[in-house]
Amino acid sequence: MGSSAGWALLGSELSVLFRRLRTWAMLIALAAVPILIAVAVKLSSRPATPGRGPLFLDRITQNGLFVAVTALVVCVPLFLPLTVGVVAGDTIAGEANLGTLRYLLLAPAGRIRLLLVKYAGAVAFCFAATATVAASGALAGVVLFPVGPVTLLSGDTISVGESALRSLLIAAYITVSLLGLSAIGLLISTFTDVPVGAMAATIVLSVVSQVLDNLPQLEWLHPWLFSHHWLGFADLLREPVSWTSFGENAVLQAAYIAVCGALAYARFSNKDVLS
Amino acid sequence: MKEPAGLAIETQGLVKRFGRRAAVDGINLAVPRGSIFGFLGPNGSGKTTTIRVLLGLASANSGNVRVLGKEMPGALASVLPDVGALVEGPGFYPFLSGTGNLLRLDAADRHASSATRRERVHDALDRVGLSHAAGKKVRAYSLGMKQRLGLANAMLRPRELLVLDEPTNGLDPQGTREVRALVRSLAAGGTTVFVSSHLLAEVEQMCTHVGVMSAGRLVAQGPLDELRSSGEAHVVVHTPDVERAAGVLTRLGLVPGQGAGTGSSWDSRALQASTALHPSIALHPSMALHPSIALPEAKALVATGLNGLAPEAIVAALVADGVRVRGFTVESASLEERFVSLTGEGFDVVG
Repeated sequence: MGSSAGWALLGSELSVLFRRLRTWAMLIALAAVPILIAVAVKLSSRPATPGRGPLFLDRITQNGLFVAVTALVVCVPLFLPLTVGVVAGDTIAGEANLGTLRYLLLAPAGRIRLLLVKYAGAVAFCFAATATVAASGALAGVVLFPVGPVTLLSGDTISVGESALRSLLIAAYITVSLLGLSAIGLLISTFTDVPVGAMAATIVLSVVSQVLDNLPQLEWLHPWLFSHHWLGFADLLREPVSWTSFGENAVLQAAYIAVCGALAYARFSNKDVLS
Repeated sequence: MKEPAGLAIETQGLVKRFGRRAAVDGINLAVPRGSIFGFLGPNGSGKTTTIRVLLGLASANSGNVRVLGKEMPGALASVLPDVGALVEGPGFYPFLSGTGNLLRLDAADRHASSATRRERVHDALDRVGLSHAAGKKVRAYSLGMKQRLGLANAMLRPRELLVLDEPTNGLDPQGTREVRALVRSLAAGGTTVFVSSHLLAEVEQMCTHVGVMSAGRLVAQGPLDELRSSGEAHVVVHTPDVERAAGVLTRLGLVPGQGAGTGSSWDSRALQASTALHPSIALHPSMALHPSIALPEAKALVATGLNGLAPEAIVAALVADGVRVRGFTVESASLEERFVSLTGEGFDVVG
């Protein structure tokens, strides 16, 4: 009894999610991305041509702290949406597929509560995935390259400690970026008992959104696409930090959460659970 | 049998449609508190759909449902903690252990005390004989073990009502016996048990009340004895003079049937029904259980319908006609015959 017992389901959800082999496989794959980038650059780097700045990837040879940021940039368009799509698409459909959905509801978990806990699990995964890339990138950078003060896009130079903070800030930005996609995955997941279908649909939508965002003919649509601000974290690499894009992104993602959350609730609260 | 006042489950005009087809077509269930209620019906007759609606997994198209005296689905959140359920087979996380699965499902219930969680899970596993496999991943469980785990989940907390959908599915005979014993002990402790099954023998052995579904309708319900006695009784005559006895019984208005091994072509409605529809089922329990080996050259002759006669009058008539009566029994109709006459079709035919 008592209100604290209400949190047990969230704890259970997180422990089930992060004890799954699949979750670990995805996190390990994500951790491998910065390591591969760092190793590849280390093996193939050559001195910068005089008169021209270093290439985008080659920047990291000057300062290992760039590995994390570079890896995050590489992961945002596909790898992160891929793994988030798997977790978010699995939320309700996965339980239905295993037959555990009916037993959770009979416990009774409560439909709204279950939906919230499932979404919270997906959010935790978004954070874990982004943090994994950032941490693995930082580690690979420190091991393979020299580390020193970082020059920002605004020309200012910040200390190593400050740059770690900036990396965390970028990880937070990307985590927020993925919340809308997670809400879309949750919504799709309430419509099917086949988790793979929900996962695939979520991932496809993330690609479609990015493709549409690159079509100049659809410029009116761009501000409404959930992937519109996905790569907009450059503002966090200026001095002083410009919070405009962070704010715009957060508002956009919040709108997606509100709309998809409401639709998911409308769908799930009346759904006949026949699985 | 103690029977506290009130009904554990009550429905009025419950209808559940899938598209245009009514899976449950206006049923009025009345399950008395403290009873072991057998919910019988062929596959596809709407049993599981009814259970889903009772437990709020699916919504009804029309009708009222009351569970433990409260209106559903409005009072779902306050009723479900007192209800343990096994619905359409077990459903578990294959990558978690038996203990892990139960801890997870118990955590989903916010009324369940987390302080006693491990202990309750341990006790429940112990009760269904799964202690030795508690740490094993469910992936490695057999169907019978999963079924036991499902029962353990239903008993994680003391419940007022247990709803068990085909609880002995996949269990070996030993497991089936254990489930029966478990259900009886729970019922003895005051829990109402609502158990659906398509196995008549199972229901006949453990239930006090029965409801029979056929094609979405509840065609009969009531105490088991009442339902059974509403069928026709039989007499079983053991005698070497089968043909003469049959003649006497026919004259008395009974309908003689074929005894084991007589080879003659007597028939009765009951036998016709059971042999035509269930070739695999023994013709009559009495023949299967006490065949005429004990009485050399005597054959069993079964006749239905006492036609208002006293058993001793029948025996007197047989003896008066020179029939050597070596055994005579009167039996009430088996539930199976009653069932066939109610559902009117093959037992495993999807309605």
